[in-house]
Amino acid sequence: MNRRDSLKALGLIAAGSGVLAGACKDDKNQGAKQAVEGSSEKLPGVQEFEYKRTEALMAEKFFTEHELATITVLSDIIIPKDDVSGSASEAGVPAFIEFMAKDIQSYQTPLRGGMKWLDVHCQKAYGNAFIKCKKEEQIAVVDEIAYPQKARPEMAQGVAFFSLMRDLTSTGFFTSEMGVKDIGYQGNKPGVWNGVPADVLTSHGFDPNKFFG
Amino acid sequence: MSVFQIKENPEVFDAIVVGSGAGGGMAGYILANAGLKVLMLEAGPFFDPKTDAMQLRWPWESPRRGAGVTRPFGDFDAAYGGWQLDGEPYSKVAGTEFEWFRARMLGGRTNHWGRISLRMGPDDFKPKDGVTDAWPISYEEVKPFYDRVDRMIGIYGTVEGIHNEPDGIFMKPPKPRLNELYITKGARKAGVPVIPGRGAVLTESSPEIKGRGTCFYCGQCGRSCKVYGDFSSSSCLVIPAMETGNLKVIDNAMVREVLTNDEGLAIGVSYVDTKDLQEYSVKGKKVILGASACESARLLLNSKSKSHPGGIGNSSGLVGKYLHDSTGASLGGFLPQLLDRKRYNEDGAGSVHIYSPWWGDHSKLNFPRGYHIEYGGGLHMPSYGFLNFVPNVNGMVPGRNGEKREQGGYGAGLKDDYRRFYGANVGMAGRGTALARKENYCEIDPTKVDKFGIPVLRFNYKWADEEIQQAKHMQDTFQSIMHEMGAIITSNIPGADTLYGLEAPGKIIHEGGTTRMGDDPKTSVLNKWGQAHDCKNVYVVDAGPFVQQGDKNLTWTILALSMRTAEYILEENKKLA
Repeated sequence: MNRRDSLKALGLIAAGSGVLAGACKDDKNQGAKQAVEGSSEKLPGVQEFEYKRTEALMAEKFFTEHELATITVLSDIIIPKDDVSGSASEAGVPAFIEFMAKDIQSYQTPLRGGMKWLDVHCQKAYGNAFIKCKKEEQIAVVDEIAYPQKARPEMAQGVAFFSLMRDLTSTGFFTSEMGVKDIGYQGNKPGVWNGVPADVLTSHGFDPNKFFG
Repeated sequence: MSVFQIKENPEVFDAIVVGSGAGGGMAGYILANAGLKVLMLEAGPFFDPKTDAMQLRWPWESPRRGAGVTRPFGDFDAAYGGWQLDGEPYSKVAGTEFEWFRARMLGGRTNHWGRISLRMGPDDFKPKDGVTDAWPISYEEVKPFYDRVDRMIGIYGTVEGIHNEPDGIFMKPPKPRLNELYITKGARKAGVPVIPGRGAVLTESSPEIKGRGTCFYCGQCGRSCKVYGDFSSSSCLVIPAMETGNLKVIDNAMVREVLTNDEGLAIGVSYVDTKDLQEYSVKGKKVILGASACESARLLLNSKSKSHPGGIGNSSGLVGKYLHDSTGASLGGFLPQLLDRKRYNEDGAGSVHIYSPWWGDHSKLNFPRGYHIEYGGGLHMPSYGFLNFVPNVNGMVPGRNGEKREQGGYGAGLKDDYRRFYGANVGMAGRGTALARKENYCEIDPTKVDKFGIPVLRFNYKWADEEIQQAKHMQDTFQSIMHEMGAIITSNIPGADTLYGLEAPGKIIHEGGTTRMGDDPKTSVLNKWGQAHDCKNVYVVDAGPFVQQGDKNLTWTILALSMRTAEYILEENKKLA
């Protein structure tokens, strides 16, 4: 079987034609739908216990409305909309973090407790919970916990919480359809690998004619 | 009718194969193709990569974005199972370590493995240093089987002529990724050789290989391949063997023990159906164990009878002894030269594009055996946690405007950092020879059983100075490669307190040695054909028979030796006929 036959076997090209884009697009739409609504349909290869576990987690609710609102504000501060793509919340990051807190239970206390820490800190400093603070007040607090090396020692718990939020936000965003497009990932499709493109090799000082540059 | 009833199958099979991974799959394939009636028992469910692979799925198709929660290597990885299985525990002697990875599915761990396919060399079979025992067979005796495995299954690589890294019959290797070119340059400056990888992936079509597609470079071999473009035992051995009509597979069948008669010969096995929990027994003229090194040892030790009071194969007392994994240690960093790199599809093949075969001179080193290095990095598909390193390292290089940045951050600047650093990371991991020692072993835990009532394994494994000094050498080497390639190291550099980052025994998932072969029944479990000294119709075809593995991933040798054992069985049958 040659490579073309491989693609036929995959169902990625119809026999005798080259309509690859259409097939891929349909796949994408299904995927996006699933991520938003949860998997009502069990994918082939997913084990029964995995499917049931995911369904059960999807049906549960962990964070309160207040907590989800806090996650939304924080994730959008971490990854805001810019010229290239939308914000964390536009990419579905709060729902992802809600799922992860149910999926990996060791996240629950650091996230819930961390938000409580943040609210108490804001209450003392500005007389309001974090999400009720003015934008500049929110940013002032974040500035105190977003830079581990220069943060004051008494902010260490806030730094740990923010670091966890930042990691969950970057995963949630850059593994979403919007984020994958933003970061410019070009793969996950059938092709032929002939090595690094010649212009890239040349710009890095490698010889395109040599196997090891 | 009694509550506990064993359902006996009246059919007598020519051979019963326990396990469907590389060893069991190859034995089943050879025997079924030779016309024997073979029954294969697999503890997990049926799995066909064609329908069950998660290949080409996007990260957002997993609610956890591929995180390793229900599967240790993530949602898209092909292995069912993991380090712990519900209701199937194992224990460890206090003060010792072992992590046991079990894949329960047709094809076992070959569905997700790295496809890195290295032959053991002449010095691995017959060591010149006297540190470990010689195998009863030489490289020259195994070479014809390696050659046939190469042709039958397909492997890419290059002919290099390195004495203890024997060449095979190779398809063209994939070209290096950009970070791999930097690695090669840096490693060679540091005095470490780098050669094209050797992987069980079809980069070309072959008239000898039918029913399989060639690689289309998605880089996802770990998810198993829908077009059978790489080697999985399920797709390349078991399913084709079933198509001969001579191999029958019963899945979800957890084998309890090998049954023997009064003369001490095997007559079949008993198993429990993991779904309905009913008990069954089946008869076979030969019993071939390919359940994995530790699972086969467990099965032998649990097969006690009047003629085999200590378990089958255990008249030597050596079943479970000489357990050894590979060593493993790693280091990570990033290449400032790759910040803001141009985007293109760099998925490549799902096995290694490059690696460093062992180069050291042991007369100048304080440890006896070497390691190879595998490398990572590139513009890979986004996955859970793939950018977590960025806020930890973005303060190590100037920002776009040339000014120093504070590590961490948020907002538009951080969002841009994620883009800048994507694909700039590099990693390297050593995989080395750990010595096979009698003192490192698995045995039956005297007090514990699994949910099926089968006594479980207890492990006793400790690293010694030979492995620790080797890990130290790995870390020194990694640092000098990183330095020569201009990379910034981002891992903490592990020191003596953490055994230089040496992973716990078992973590590299290369365990073997538990049913070692040899000429002397007093010092070995199996003869040089993989046949039990004390039970002539029981054979072991996984990594149990390994006297001592080299720093070469096990699978290609398992395949070659299983083929050799299966053909020995056919020869024996001919003699009887």
